[in-house]
Amino acid sequence: MKTKIIFLLTIYFLLLAAALIPSVAVSAQQPTPSDDQVNAIARQLYCPVCENTPLDVCPTTACHQWRELIRQMLAEGKSEAEIKQYFVDYYGARVLSEPPRTGINWLVYVVPPVAFLAGVTLLFRAFQTWKRVAKEPVTGVDDSSSPGSGPGPAEGSGTAADEEYVARLEEELKKRK
Amino acid sequence: MLAQFGFGVFVLTFLLALFSVGAAVVGYFDKSDRWVEAARRAMLLTFPLITLAVLTLAYLLVTGHYELQYVYSVTSNVMPFYLKITALWGGQAGSLVLWSWLMSAFASAVTLRKWDRDRDLLPWVIVVTSVTLAFFLSLSILYENPFARWWQTTAGDFVARMFAPAGAIAVTPADGQGLNPLLRHPGMIIHPPMLYLGFVAFVIPYAFAIAALVTGRSDDRWIRLTRRWTLVAWLFLSIGLVLGMRWAYDVLGWGGYWAWDPVETASLMPWLAGTAFLHSVMIQEKRGMFKQWNMLLIILTYALVIFGTFLTRSGVFSSVHAFAQSAIGPMFFAFIGITFVTSVALLIYRWKDLRAEVEMKSLFSREALFLLNNLLFMGVLIVCFWGVIFPLISELVTGQKVTVGPPFYLRANGPLFGALLALMGIAPLSAWGRSTYKTLGRALWKPFIPTAIVPVVLAVMGVHNWIALVGFTLIAFVIFVTLFEFWRGARSRQNKQNENFLVALWRLAGRNRRRYGGYLIHLSMVVMAIGILGIEVYQTTTQKTLAVGEDIQIAGYTLRYDSLAQFPYTDGRIVTRAVISVFRGGKFLGDIYPRYDYYTPSGQPMTIAGVRSTLADDLYVVLVNWENVSEAQAPFKVYHNPLVNWLWIGSLMFIFGFLVAAWPEREQEKREGKI
Repeated sequence: MKTKIIFLLTIYFLLLAAALIPSVAVSAQQPTPSDDQVNAIARQLYCPVCENTPLDVCPTTACHQWRELIRQMLAEGKSEAEIKQYFVDYYGARVLSEPPRTGINWLVYVVPPVAFLAGVTLLFRAFQTWKRVAKEPVTGVDDSSSPGSGPGPAEGSGTAADEEYVARLEEELKKRK
Repeated sequence: MLAQFGFGVFVLTFLLALFSVGAAVVGYFDKSDRWVEAARRAMLLTFPLITLAVLTLAYLLVTGHYELQYVYSVTSNVMPFYLKITALWGGQAGSLVLWSWLMSAFASAVTLRKWDRDRDLLPWVIVVTSVTLAFFLSLSILYENPFARWWQTTAGDFVARMFAPAGAIAVTPADGQGLNPLLRHPGMIIHPPMLYLGFVAFVIPYAFAIAALVTGRSDDRWIRLTRRWTLVAWLFLSIGLVLGMRWAYDVLGWGGYWAWDPVETASLMPWLAGTAFLHSVMIQEKRGMFKQWNMLLIILTYALVIFGTFLTRSGVFSSVHAFAQSAIGPMFFAFIGITFVTSVALLIYRWKDLRAEVEMKSLFSREALFLLNNLLFMGVLIVCFWGVIFPLISELVTGQKVTVGPPFYLRANGPLFGALLALMGIAPLSAWGRSTYKTLGRALWKPFIPTAIVPVVLAVMGVHNWIALVGFTLIAFVIFVTLFEFWRGARSRQNKQNENFLVALWRLAGRNRRRYGGYLIHLSMVVMAIGILGIEVYQTTTQKTLAVGEDIQIAGYTLRYDSLAQFPYTDGRIVTRAVISVFRGGKFLGDIYPRYDYYTPSGQPMTIAGVRSTLADDLYVVLVNWENVSEAQAPFKVYHNPLVNWLWIGSLMFIFGFLVAAWPEREQEKREGKI
């Protein structure tokens, strides 16, 4: 009887151990996050105290602690977004490498393309005026509106263009003599 | 005593600069040559005077007069002689003195030339250069005085003043703090003077532009007269930028050469405007077009030169509030505002006189493509300007600080740089005046064929990143077009003149050095682009703490940690140096020595990466001194930077191309009366 109980208990504990092993193994599979994992997030953040220094290369003690904090949060299973949000909540939007897309910050994203497009429009309109002015005295020179004419490698036109090029080059070189 | 002498010379020079402004204005309006001559001589006298002040300061630095705040802050007993000399521009006050010195040197060089038929421009060139000089001298005299000395006030505080505060006692420290270790790198020693040479030289074309506006001359004389100055300014600014990149690569230990830091970006902005100017003046010289635009560009360049100096010198980046606390910031701000508004007002006043002599005829002409080039440069400039000032605006308006970092600049500027590359390929094939898309197409298809093969070859070789594919294809396109241009020119000469191909090539480039030197510069730019693309797209990095004998793997390399040693150095550093063996496929390639230096007087650490550099890639190893380092185990951060060496090779090619384009042509010069 006694041996039977011992036997059953042994079986029980073995089973229990067997049931526990996977969970032990799981936690053993979650080692401390590597430097690379930490840096992957730190690189996207800016040191909250030094000017314009990314967190992954900042040599101050404070930054060392912040990187350890990232490591700890990663170990706790926090996502990249959660970790970044944590830093924004504590130290403000300046820790991000770009302003968050809210409120007045939209201006940083909108102004350059708008200004550039304004430049393009201005230039395009200027071109059109110039073309109109230029077309009046010189008739029929510009036939760029005719369709289907690719860069034709036709022999005749090619040599004509070459001769024109040679003449132009010679003229330019002569001018500089 | 010497300090008072130096300061006295400064004040005298400042007064002379003011006098030369006044005399030049009087001379112009009274049409009095004597007054203009007086202005010119006053201007010329500023140079020996500032030189005297600079020599005094250099002497004080070398002999360790630590009673002066500036000497105390940038030198120390253990510093070698050459560093004590370079400490002249190692701090705020000294670098402003350097600005004034260069300004006065350049202005003197200009006023010494024969003015003959351009005499009407002289008074206003003197006015502009002297006003700029007086402004920088006033900063040195009022706010950033390199001759101020230490005093202990009755309350026991130490203050730096030129003259004794009431009841204060003079104090003389036994040793100085020494130059910031970050600035003890060869690149950093030459970088500021180069940048400043570029900055100050751009004042000269600006001065002539303003002179042309005031006197109402609408020809391109001011451009021709200052072409060499513009080129030299551009060269030095470019060299300054590259040296700054090299310094960042070697000394910061960040693994890269450019971080879109506001200070870096601020020095890039005048370069962008200057490069646009350099291209667009060619249209005015050839076709008499875009006179107003060229004026605007040089005005902008000047404003950005002062703005760049202001951004780096006023401490405005640490906080807008720091800007308000120091008086130097508002002074700069007012100066930029006044000069910019005055210049633009002048331009508007002369707007009608500066109309184009001929009209644009085709969208595909070279002048049209140059204009497109200008638009793209302005696009990059807008992105940079906005990225730099937005954090300040945000802090002013909402009180919230934000960072505008690399992702913003890369996303916005990437496509613009790509378009610039494409244009660099297309524009050389276009002709001035009438050029239709047919003629352009005919010129394009030959270099286009080898270009079309490039992405296929790259894809087969395993390049699948689309940015790399587009980038390298554009680079190949520019290279093919440029080589084609050389070939086509030499061939036509060969046929016409019966010359050997090489002779034809030599004579071709010799006859139109400006064009073919320009092409060489284009080539150098795309070689630089190879390096930039390589590191931007393919950089990889990893970090690991290694015990002796352990290794780290990156990009097919194995790096083994062999040993670590710590030893003092003669200049007061304590050096900690690791030895890393590099292997590839089991074959030993060499050792790398990453280290960090600890500077004893200031307590500042410096991380110097160990680099193994080849044409294919750089292995860049940082001994991560901010983590725990011991002999048994140490953390290393390794970067694999493909192709980055081409960035530096391209920079050297750039200088060569520049020399081809700008080397003086003696006879022609004499005829044209260039300076």
